[in-house]
Amino acid sequence: MPEKVGKATIKLGSSPSVYAFAAVGSKKEEEGPLGKYFDIIQQDSFFGQSSWEKAESQMQKQAVSKALEKGSLAPGDIDFIFAGDLLNQCTGSTYGLRELEIPFIGLFGACSTMAESLGLASLFVDCGAAARCAAVTSSHFCSAERQFRYPLEYASQRAPTSQWTATASGSVIVAKDILPPYVRSVTFGTIEDLQIKDANNMGAAMAPAAASTLIQFFEDTGTNQENYDLILTGDLGFVGSRLFRELTAKKGYPGVAEKHGDCGLMLYDRENQAEIYAGGSGCGCSASVLCSYILPAMREGRLQRVLFMATGALMSPTVVQQGESIPSIAHLIYLSAQPWQEKGEGSSWNG
Amino acid sequence: MEWLIACGKAFLIGGLFCVVGQLLIDYTKLTPARILVTYVVSGVVLSALGWYQPLVDWAGAGATVPLTGFGHLLAKGVREAVAEKGWLGVLTGGFTATAGGIAAAIFFGFLVALLFKPKDKS
Amino acid sequence: MQWMSPKEYEKMNQKASPPTPVWKTVPMAFLFGGIICTIGQLCSMLYQNLGADLETASASTSITLIFLAALLTGLNVFDKIAKIGGAGCLVPITGFSNAVVSPALEFKAEGLVLGLGAKMFVIAGPVIVYGITASVIYGILCRLFGW
Repeated sequence: MPEKVGKATIKLGSSPSVYAFAAVGSKKEEEGPLGKYFDIIQQDSFFGQSSWEKAESQMQKQAVSKALEKGSLAPGDIDFIFAGDLLNQCTGSTYGLRELEIPFIGLFGACSTMAESLGLASLFVDCGAAARCAAVTSSHFCSAERQFRYPLEYASQRAPTSQWTATASGSVIVAKDILPPYVRSVTFGTIEDLQIKDANNMGAAMAPAAASTLIQFFEDTGTNQENYDLILTGDLGFVGSRLFRELTAKKGYPGVAEKHGDCGLMLYDRENQAEIYAGGSGCGCSASVLCSYILPAMREGRLQRVLFMATGALMSPTVVQQGESIPSIAHLIYLSAQPWQEKGEGSSWNG
Repeated sequence: MEWLIACGKAFLIGGLFCVVGQLLIDYTKLTPARILVTYVVSGVVLSALGWYQPLVDWAGAGATVPLTGFGHLLAKGVREAVAEKGWLGVLTGGFTATAGGIAAAIFFGFLVALLFKPKDKS
Repeated sequence: MQWMSPKEYEKMNQKASPPTPVWKTVPMAFLFGGIICTIGQLCSMLYQNLGADLETASASTSITLIFLAALLTGLNVFDKIAKIGGAGCLVPITGFSNAVVSPALEFKAEGLVLGLGAKMFVIAGPVIVYGITASVIYGILCRLFGW
């Protein structure tokens, strides 16, 4: 049963299992360092569709279908699906998943949605409301460009602080089962805003949210970075990662830097891939890194304890044009290769 | 030889206009659309003050091709139309002088949009 | 987050953000802008050689450049050139053309009228609005004070 710990953390006593997972990407993701770990790579970023929005929906559907296939499950075996993306009205999810006929819970948490959906899916399973839940998110460079920035063929130079929206999707199936990794707890973050107004510097806008959620989790559980193998942020990129490390160090956790990794810096090779600038971003960035690389590594035992913290810039182009700043959010999922134990090792937060 | 000098002047002045634009992009965080607006309005103002025509005479396309030249064309059109038609010229002058460019952008834009498809960046 | 002020954070942000490489962008803008204007000059002289007067040659030159930029935009090339050339491609009339064509192309997916037609001027529209407004104000001044 879920149990609230401290201010914002929920301990999931039954340790729901991340039973199956799949990652889908496109050409640029394949060229990146994690390319070979993806389950599906589509060279054609239209995914055989006629518009970018339809392409994103198709990609998300493929991610869910692949995860189901890997878990030898049918859509009917899933009780609820939690899904979201960056597009208005979350169309990537609604159109992508409509044919599956799984009870659907649409979420918007910008790029934090993978942690948000995984957290809620795990909670549903832990409290017994569902036997199996799916969580999926996606982002597509082209559909995001046309909604948030400029037309694809428009001649704009990107700022060095800007990030590349990943054309990728990741989906997981959470179940009461006995396969690692396990979700030990979830921590939902607060909305943070340190008045960053530059839409070309999302990393800087999101870093405070990541720092705040991580520190809250440490305070709630009485642990620190030494208890974990990896602290994985979603898409802070180069600038945001630096700021995140500085912020956590200022608050008394200078060791975070050594355990910190960022999906936005892992998905692409900034030095050798064109136009990546400060790193990857988008819902699909953290989702695909989690599902292609992190979860398999945990299942094989190469990683034991991971804090997965997807970060989202809750930006509305309309409101930013009105002069507002960019609020951001981060949710934290504590993943472990071991489930909670009754007593002894594995029964407490720091053991 | 003369044409080479004319090209050199066009290169120099045109290049300098673009350098100012690049500095605005890099240092002020002005969006491209704002820079285009700034250029056109500056062109109108510079032309009204009588400073732009000498530049056009000297640098040719170096002054007419940048968007300040578009502003200059608007101002020049209005100036001439007012002299010719009075109050009506106030409203017709600008569009009349720039009609070719605007119609070309609309028509070619329409054709290109019909015929081609946007592509992912890779 | 109460332990960090926006002001202090902005300072950290300034330090953490890599600067724009102006030593690269500015010379490139000069080069590309210069080349486009030189092409314009060559066109203009060609049209004059063919018998056009200066004004006609100048207008035809603009139209030629607008056409070329529109075509390159359609061929998915203009944005790649502009990635290097920056303001060198934006400030000449080619930038205006690209600003008209690229949204028309992009939003064709939403239909010929409400997509292509309506979105054509989402970026370039302000240029017309403020250009024409400035010219009308100037016209009024001309009429009233004989500027």
